[in-house]
Amino acid sequence: MAIPLKYNLRNLRVRWRLTLATMLGIALVVAVFVMVMALARGLKATYVSTGDERNLLVLRRGSTADTTSQITRNEVRRIRYLDGIARNEQGEPLASAEIVVLATIDRIDHRGTANVVVRGVGPVALALRPNVRLVEGRWFQPSLRECVVSRKIAERFANCRVGQSFRTGKTTWHVVGTFDAAKTAYESEIWVDADEARKEFNRNFYGSILLRPVSTAAGAALARRMEQDPLLQVRVLPETEYFRDQTKMAGPIQFVGTFLATIMSIGAAFSAMNTMYAAVGARTREIGTLCVLGFRRRDIYACFLIESVLLALGGGVVGCLLSLPLNGVATGTFSWTTFAEVAFEFRITGELLAKGLGFALLMGVLGGLLPARLAARKPVLDALRAV
Amino acid sequence: MNPAIVRLEEVTKVYRHGEIDVTALDRVSLNIAAEDFVALMGPSGSGKSTLLHIIAGVDQPTSGRCFVGETNVAELNHSALAEWRNRHIGFVFQTFNLIPVLTAFENVELPLLLTRLSARERRQHVEAALELVGLADRMHHLPRQLSGGQEQRVALARALVTDPTLLIADEPTGNLDAHAATEVLTLLQTFNRTAGKTVIMVTHDPKAAAFAKRTVHLEKGELLNGNGQHR
Repeated sequence: MAIPLKYNLRNLRVRWRLTLATMLGIALVVAVFVMVMALARGLKATYVSTGDERNLLVLRRGSTADTTSQITRNEVRRIRYLDGIARNEQGEPLASAEIVVLATIDRIDHRGTANVVVRGVGPVALALRPNVRLVEGRWFQPSLRECVVSRKIAERFANCRVGQSFRTGKTTWHVVGTFDAAKTAYESEIWVDADEARKEFNRNFYGSILLRPVSTAAGAALARRMEQDPLLQVRVLPETEYFRDQTKMAGPIQFVGTFLATIMSIGAAFSAMNTMYAAVGARTREIGTLCVLGFRRRDIYACFLIESVLLALGGGVVGCLLSLPLNGVATGTFSWTTFAEVAFEFRITGELLAKGLGFALLMGVLGGLLPARLAARKPVLDALRAV
Repeated sequence: MNPAIVRLEEVTKVYRHGEIDVTALDRVSLNIAAEDFVALMGPSGSGKSTLLHIIAGVDQPTSGRCFVGETNVAELNHSALAEWRNRHIGFVFQTFNLIPVLTAFENVELPLLLTRLSARERRQHVEAALELVGLADRMHHLPRQLSGGQEQRVALARALVTDPTLLIADEPTGNLDAHAATEVLTLLQTFNRTAGKTVIMVTHDPKAAAFAKRTVHLEKGELLNGNGQHR
């Protein structure tokens, strides 16, 4: 049996000031790591959860986002009545020609403005998106400059509550309803009538068509047919795939988070190393005594390495606890794909916490390796003679 | 007389300080019988502690052989030496060297953690050892809650708990008052007489040496004969 763990734990408690300072340093690194990763996770999750597997999205060939895509009215007419598109109870095809424009709106605290996605949608838009539901007010009526806004937009932007009006460009829009989009990317949008949006924003084209085929096989045939039609310059992809591609914007955040945490972790590992060197220095005679009692070099090595790991894991647990209150907190960031603000929630998962603790463990091992080696290699007699 | 349990054959120890070689022990040959109680005496720098450390396997001779039982301690490597010390040596230090964050019980239990004894067996051994030194009622005290004499008695219990071949004491009364010193020396004498433990003790104090069965004098790294002359 090795040197008992209580020996390490009690020594950490005896030097509580140094232990606490080192643990706090490690805790901050872990907290930053978990928080930034939670941000990237939240952003990714927002896009991954958006989209219905049954739907297809039609964009202009070469476009990567509906904000930069153009579908002409002729193309919309040609596509809408193709065979293989499902229909609703009224016999209308489930195909929504939509347009996305950006509106600059004041933030709720009036500290600046931000671009918000205004989506012009057709009458079947809701049928294609079952996770979007009205939670307050009513649906907009075309030609009356009415709009419905997501709950998050209502919370984050000025004059976006039901009954209020906001101005963008030459138009004043009246908010008549609020919708919940089940934490999907639509949570960052304002919805209006598509033809009214084209008129008010001077567009003579649509941006995309969202449609639902009658079956998967029909969907594949439809996609082939549209992409091979010389009169259509479009690309067709599953709606879920489109939103999965948008998750790439979380990449830079993840990179910055990892980079920041790595730089900080080097400092924290040195702090752990410093603490452990101090521990070895203060307990040199104890090391000598343990050797005389029969403990081997590898026992001494393991003992000090374990102590460093315990120290770092303690910091890791504190760091995880510090980051937990952020779970579920809503925030927004600028999307370089849509050039608009996208709202999302921090997502702290068990896996992320485990990664945070793993990160702390790594700092503990790196910080403890050299001091533990020093302790294990001390000549017994020299160690016994230490004051 | 019992057969020799310790046999030193021409043991030399040379320390190198920069360019200068210092001879701490010069071809020392010595036999110590089983169940003997030997006091090693001599002025500072005479080599008595070096001799003790070599017998205990804490230091190794530059040349010569040191047998404890049938084992030539000088030939063992670092790892084997550690295991050998655990089984055969009980060491008592001048400065007690108890682990400050562990209780008296936990300190005494430390060397037993390297054995195959179960937790229950370890507990029985530790309690018996602390009972022997009269500290059964202090087993859950930390070293700082004990007097110097009590600390050294805990150290004695720790040295005895593995039932070692040799009990080695390096100035065990050096940091104690006269009363506590007498208590510790009496315990060493008792272990030697009643349990047949072989005790080797380094001391400066002739009163302490009087508790031993015989005294060996060293000077300038050499043994002196009974007339105070180099052998």
